[in-house]
Amino acid sequence: MATTATMDTAKSRWGGGMAPMNTSYGKLMMWFFLLSDAFSFSALLITYGLIRYSHPAYSGSVADFEFSTEYWPIPEMVFEALPFLHGVHAPLIFVGIMTFILILSSVTMVLAVEAGHRMDRKGVIKWMLWTIIGGLAFLGCQAWEWSHFIHGTDEGTMTAAGEVIYGANLTINQYGPPLFASLFFFITGFHGFHVFSGVVINFIIFFNAVVGTYDKRGHYEMVEKSGLYWHFVDLVWVFVFTLFYLI
Amino acid sequence: MSTTTELNIGHDVHHDEHHDHKQSFISKYIFSTDHKMIAKQYLVTGIFWGIIGVLMSVLFRVQLGFPGANLEWLRPVLGGWLTEAGKIDPEFYLALVTMHGTIMVFFVLTAGLSGTFSNYLIPLQIGARDMASGFMNMLSYWFFFISSIVMLSSIFIESGPAAGGWTVYPPLSALPQAIQGSQLGMTLWLVAMVFFIVSILLGGINYITTVINLRTEGMTFTRLPLTIWSFFLTAVIGLLSFPVLFAAALLLVFDRSFGTSFYLSDIYIGGEALPNMGGSPILYQHLFWFLGHPEVYIVLLPALGITSEIIATNSRKPIFGYRAMIGSMLGITVLSFVVWAHHMFVSGLNPFLGSVFMFLTLIIAVPSAVKVFNYITTLWKGNIIFTPATLFSIGLVSFFISGGLTGIFLGNSVIDIQLHDTYFVVAHFHLVMGSLSIFGLLAGIYHWFPKMFGRMMDAKLGHIHFWMTFIGVYLIFFPMHYIGIAGFPRRYYSWTNFDAFSGYTDLNMFVSIAAFVTVAAQFIFLFNFFYSMYRGKKAPQNPWNSNTLEWTAPIEPGHGNWVGEIPKVYRWPYDYSKPGAKDDFIPQHVPLSTTPESNLPHEQELAKQEQLNTSAHAKTTES
Repeated sequence: MATTATMDTAKSRWGGGMAPMNTSYGKLMMWFFLLSDAFSFSALLITYGLIRYSHPAYSGSVADFEFSTEYWPIPEMVFEALPFLHGVHAPLIFVGIMTFILILSSVTMVLAVEAGHRMDRKGVIKWMLWTIIGGLAFLGCQAWEWSHFIHGTDEGTMTAAGEVIYGANLTINQYGPPLFASLFFFITGFHGFHVFSGVVINFIIFFNAVVGTYDKRGHYEMVEKSGLYWHFVDLVWVFVFTLFYLI
Repeated sequence: MSTTTELNIGHDVHHDEHHDHKQSFISKYIFSTDHKMIAKQYLVTGIFWGIIGVLMSVLFRVQLGFPGANLEWLRPVLGGWLTEAGKIDPEFYLALVTMHGTIMVFFVLTAGLSGTFSNYLIPLQIGARDMASGFMNMLSYWFFFISSIVMLSSIFIESGPAAGGWTVYPPLSALPQAIQGSQLGMTLWLVAMVFFIVSILLGGINYITTVINLRTEGMTFTRLPLTIWSFFLTAVIGLLSFPVLFAAALLLVFDRSFGTSFYLSDIYIGGEALPNMGGSPILYQHLFWFLGHPEVYIVLLPALGITSEIIATNSRKPIFGYRAMIGSMLGITVLSFVVWAHHMFVSGLNPFLGSVFMFLTLIIAVPSAVKVFNYITTLWKGNIIFTPATLFSIGLVSFFISGGLTGIFLGNSVIDIQLHDTYFVVAHFHLVMGSLSIFGLLAGIYHWFPKMFGRMMDAKLGHIHFWMTFIGVYLIFFPMHYIGIAGFPRRYYSWTNFDAFSGYTDLNMFVSIAAFVTVAAQFIFLFNFFYSMYRGKKAPQNPWNSNTLEWTAPIEPGHGNWVGEIPKVYRWPYDYSKPGAKDDFIPQHVPLSTTPESNLPHEQELAKQEQLNTSAHAKTTES
């Protein structure tokens, strides 16, 4: 059609008869889903903020810090353990490693998407596999961290009633007010569930790439769509990490 | 052809394949991916829920109007929900009120209204073969269906459905020992809502994407019928507000079932102190109303969009202030997210914050007034054709005014202290949100019934239905303003125990009788609806002489909507009674170059451009 030449301006791209942003419906849908998911996470993180600031903060010096249900704990005193290194005080090292792994898996995802653009099946397979491994490693780390958090420290914490409690679950918490643990489980759990779904989706993409579905289809757009989701889950982790571990 | 088509190859191939397939019963009527069938599924489910929700209101109106009434004859249906004396059980009364609200707001006016008309009209009015993803659209309906089953089943369990009000505020809703309705019924309520939210999101993502990507050639955003604009913005609001309810509901599930205290603190129940510390019920209110207020506009906007279309068509005049209408809807969309705390003026909110929310709330009066004035000016000096749809649309405008004015009262944080949680509030939102949206729904059904089922509904019955409902609604809800100003609290089982309130028994009896008559009138509609579906007069191609694209499709469109090419669009949808034109309407697919007699100066220019394009097109096809 000769008319396309004259109509191909930014204005007429919104004139109907074509996808105005040159984006397939599937990719648009992913964007809108992520927008909506961002609102669920925002709601949860705002909840975290409100509850946290309705509790007193610890006011003494870091060196004298002790766990108590009376005030919100300092995160680096809570998250300081490393697997196999019992008794070593390594504040935020483990979660730092976790975060690094997740960000690295985002990088491999970018490489998979890029390989998809070149219709490089082998490249997609390789980088998707690395992404899946990264995701699984993150989930494994989280499982260890949760388990450590649940079991607690050797000494435990003495409550006002004179009873010693170890670790945390949804109702009791040795590190601070019970809601600190509830929020930790709920929000990192909600995020972990997203990572888990991401790994499942990535595995399906990986499988389809291996059996050649996308070569037959003629494009690797599915890799791009799951990539959007994966990056989103990463981005959310940055906020979760900041709120729970840094502030 | 061009790059344009390459992009959409995916759909076009897919849809064209399905054109004249013989479909099995299951793939045609049950697991259909056709937007028209899904719309009808939503409509029928919505009507089913409407009947249940309305009958519940009849039951509690019996209690309110005739407190001593003996309902022994209903024992086969209500069973243990009647007391020994044959009266409605007080806890059942609370459950009735709660379920009436939940059902009407979510299942009828969100799923039933948006689900039906967004699904039906978006592809047909923008000129698309179907939704962007038919499969997701089907999933959306079936998630709604699962949600319906769960919610319906909660009515039949022994401890009864949720009873903490449709807002399910904790701690009442979080503590199973508080009332019967906070036991299993509440759990089922939450489960049903989670499925419901998934359904809304699947639907909404589809609507938005379809409007952006699948408009036919020439259908710019400023040529979209206002119906589409309203469905589009409704979907945007839903997309951004429902996930917050999702988060709030999940947290409530944890409080109820797993011992957390997100919303709980310092509670004594039955003389016993609960261990929950540190949470805040106000937090739930914030999260809930961040959905809850936009939800009002999710219910409202589609009705307003439908009205714009019907009023313009049936007063044979272009809609007054098309762009102002879009602007006001955009304004309402944005404002809907920043006014939620006006539901919480008496929750202990900082009065300064209250005044900020009051200010933002009152601003909504501006876009709302723009819409009302535009409806009136569209009707002004029009050749109004009083179809049932027109009447319901005009009724809607009337409710928008009478219910909207009381919104200005309630939006004032100071006046709200007196009026909060009284029947004044009930009167306000039943007029402006409940009745208005129901009228939008009914107007839409009357107007698009010929397109949906290929037959006409009976206009005479429609008129009777309208007048009975319209007068009935005012007789029910107008007296409630007085009852509310007198201080009657809502959700109370009985007032006759209080001297201060027993003086209004006669008024309450009047309201109840009006309600019974109005409900009875709905059976006229139900008869008309189902009878006309099979026995109605056959519909002509374009029964209302309307401009929009759906009337260019076959009378009973198949899967894929248009046989052959999709029509192109050359003009906006409101060319009614254009000076110089042969007829009093020019449909959107009529090129400007064929109507030189009625073109405005700038349209003449566009017409020339059109001719150039078509001749260029002809040349390329020859070579």
